[in-house]
Amino acid sequence: MNKVKSAKEAIGQLEDGMTIGIGGWGPRRKPMALVREILRTNLNDLTLLSYGGADVGMLCAAGRVSKLIFAFVSLDFIPLEPFFRQVRQSGKLDVLEIDEGMMLQGLRAAAWRIPFIPTAVGLGTDIVEKTSEIKIINSPYDDKEWVAMPALELDAALIHVDHADCRGVCQISGPDHYMDDWFARAAQNTIVSCDELVPESFFNDENAARKVFWERAVTDSVVLIEGGAHPSSCAPLYGFDSEHFRSYAGFAKTDGIKGYLEAYLGKDENDYQSKVGGLQAIRNLPLPVY
Amino acid sequence: MGIKFTLAELCIASASEAFEEDGESLATGIGIIPRLAASLAMKTCNRDLMMTDSESFMLSEPNPIGPRDANFIQANENWMGFSRIFDNIWNGRRHAMVGPSQIDRFGQTNISALGEDYRQPKVMMLGSRGFPGNSISHRNSFFCPAHTKRVFVTGECDFVSSVGYNPSRLPRGHSLEEIDIHRIVTNLCVMDFGGPDYQPRLRSLHPGVSLETVIENTGFELFVPDSLPETIVPTGLQLDIIASLDPHNLRASQIKDDLRGSAN
Repeated sequence: MNKVKSAKEAIGQLEDGMTIGIGGWGPRRKPMALVREILRTNLNDLTLLSYGGADVGMLCAAGRVSKLIFAFVSLDFIPLEPFFRQVRQSGKLDVLEIDEGMMLQGLRAAAWRIPFIPTAVGLGTDIVEKTSEIKIINSPYDDKEWVAMPALELDAALIHVDHADCRGVCQISGPDHYMDDWFARAAQNTIVSCDELVPESFFNDENAARKVFWERAVTDSVVLIEGGAHPSSCAPLYGFDSEHFRSYAGFAKTDGIKGYLEAYLGKDENDYQSKVGGLQAIRNLPLPVY
Repeated sequence: MGIKFTLAELCIASASEAFEEDGESLATGIGIIPRLAASLAMKTCNRDLMMTDSESFMLSEPNPIGPRDANFIQANENWMGFSRIFDNIWNGRRHAMVGPSQIDRFGQTNISALGEDYRQPKVMMLGSRGFPGNSISHRNSFFCPAHTKRVFVTGECDFVSSVGYNPSRLPRGHSLEEIDIHRIVTNLCVMDFGGPDYQPRLRSLHPGVSLETVIENTGFELFVPDSLPETIVPTGLQLDIIASLDPHNLRASQIKDDLRGSAN
């Protein structure tokens, strides 16, 4: 089986109004090239679900998102994502704000094909008070109320990994795979971009196989995009591009997302990379120290 | 001849005490001063604490803050990615010290959004992150570098990101005893919720700070005990350890006008 597609073909499977989950965490291992490919289409009215970074900022500011499910949106070293903040403060974004762990629970419920997961998380807070989407239930086993975190079913998940083969075996060799395995399992259509496309035998080494966090049946499309997480990081290959993020944040105060996209988006990923210094410059970005 | 220390160092030493009786528990300090406080505790008053590298490994010795030598090898003891962090959180073996933007008299906090209208916030901040789950699952403490009424608000927080001792929000069958807000350390004083019915209580005043200053800068009524001690100042050993954990002196810029360097 060969699941390899171009970015255009893979993103071409998406439709207006879909619910899309984006893997990674803040400025770390975000499938930014796939996000840029969305920005090159007319896709809109999306419901987005993400441990948010610039993926959320860009898509929201570009008017592609009608609803955001989130626990935070941050670039870490720039704590408040400037474009997300603007859109949120404009009052034009429908949101479901949840706890980081609730997002994990919601993805698990979807992956396990059950309607909800009972939890203490959210009790007593505005996370459950400000929405009618999250219900409080009585337990059949004790006399207490609990939160019923609903399944977060995804039409599609976008994920970036370092290595993959054409059948969809995906490796994350950086220090953390975050919740990407649950995004992959919760989605009808899992689209994975990779920095390197490798032969099947690459995974014969048990150390390589141990860094595979979901089965290939869960992966639907594989897209080779070297440097495809830029400007987010893809450890151990490259760190995040703080200079680019500063430039991006600067546009929030001047020409807005339109100005940023005119300056950088380009007609395809090669064009984009030529505007940010080329693939070698991306590969040379130092890993962050926490 | 007293020992010289800065206000940041006083706060770090004082905040480290918050972790003293945690036993074998994951200490998470978010921000420079809370992280140094947890690290100092792990090196002194509670050697059993657990800690992460703020990324994906647990450490048997805390990492120094900031850039490290190329040959630095951190003391890993197990992998601890973000999804596994939640397994630990929901099991309750953690104490987080965090810096909320608003804290109310119930110990509820806000890091999400400021303003009356949640649909269109005046200031959108981070989002609630892991605060809801942390607050219902394990012990939490707060650090505040600028003790004002903007932080210690008069009414309820604009958005309640974390649960506190608020009976009107308590879900059926649950008890306020399940909530564990341990300590609040600020640039002026140390507080807890040990007053009657979980009323916020003043525990100690930092050297040179008056009771009136604290009361003027707090939006709610504090329980003031009859005997109010001064915050214990850091020892020479604590200051040495703090310096080794923060070799680039990032702590110096954490509190505005931190000029206490020549105090005592």
